[in-house]
Amino acid sequence: MTAVPRRRMVPAYLATGGRTRPGTAGFDRLTVLFADRAEPPRELEPEHHRLWELLRPGALTVVEAAAHLRLPVSATVFLAADLVEAGCLRARAPIPRAQQTDRSIVERLLVGLRALR
Amino acid sequence: MDSVRSGSPADRPSRVGYLPDRDQTLMKLLVAGPFGVGKTTLIRTLSEIATLHTEEAMTETGRPVDDLAGLPEKATTTVAVDFGRLTLPGNLVLYMFGTPGQRRFFPLWQDIARGALGALVLADTRRLADSFEIMDMVEEQGLPYAVAVNCFPDAPGHSVEVLRAHLDLHPATPLLLCDARERGASLDALIALAEHVLDGLPAEAAPAPAASVPPAPAPAASAAEERP
Repeated sequence: MTAVPRRRMVPAYLATGGRTRPGTAGFDRLTVLFADRAEPPRELEPEHHRLWELLRPGALTVVEAAAHLRLPVSATVFLAADLVEAGCLRARAPIPRAQQTDRSIVERLLVGLRALR
Repeated sequence: MDSVRSGSPADRPSRVGYLPDRDQTLMKLLVAGPFGVGKTTLIRTLSEIATLHTEEAMTETGRPVDDLAGLPEKATTTVAVDFGRLTLPGNLVLYMFGTPGQRRFFPLWQDIARGALGALVLADTRRLADSFEIMDMVEEQGLPYAVAVNCFPDAPGHSVEVLRAHLDLHPATPLLLCDARERGASLDALIALAEHVLDGLPAEAAPAPAASVPPAPAPAASAAEERP
């Protein structure tokens, strides 16, 4: 289904509470987000709650969460960083820490793609 | 897929494809090319989720900001970036991002390209030159790439040799003919790209000889004690 582009109802700068924040440096489009048990504090913005609700049933990457919420990636990163700080969201890097070289990763990709062929 | 949680439909998107596991390795490839060349088609052909897109607001480079004084709505352009996802055996998830081919979007392009393993550049034989700009950008970024010529039914057929010459490809750069609507052909294009990426990576370094780093002693001090 092709989504029809449309203007966002809430501008990005409002979705982030009109501020910038530190603590977003480690985030990437493919950072994996998953909700923790704790509900977001009341004082957070509705956008925070939307992100947390979206992630309650399962994990998504930043870019997928952004697409589902119709938010820019940058705004989604701000929201996610706030929620991580509040202890209601966890984030992990796209490649789990125990993993190795670029070469071994591309080798795995190749094996995986060939298996689908 | 079971949908146990069908309640509270209010705000939640109806069909969200959640990641099945939490310990998967996620990787990214770019699908790049000029407008209308079939990037989204290829992504849709391979993606296991409905193709998604993000709206990326960005300031266009090369356009003087002063010209836009009093026109705040025009200060940025919104570009839709399509992407899809493909889970592979071996606990891998491949993300494919369709990236715009115009240089004016270079900053956005660089941002998306960060961490990508490589790029599949799509080309159309009716307008091969339209892919030059994106090939330059991919090369400047230092990303390995393969070129897939998307075979449109009404496009003139050319031999691979002729196409290589027209595109001025490095001999090692793979060139494939592809139908972006076909899963097998699209997978083959990604396989050729992955093989090419692998060829460009240094062979696995042999384990460093006796480089057992003892955790406790300060290496600088012990090195200083060694006689020349």
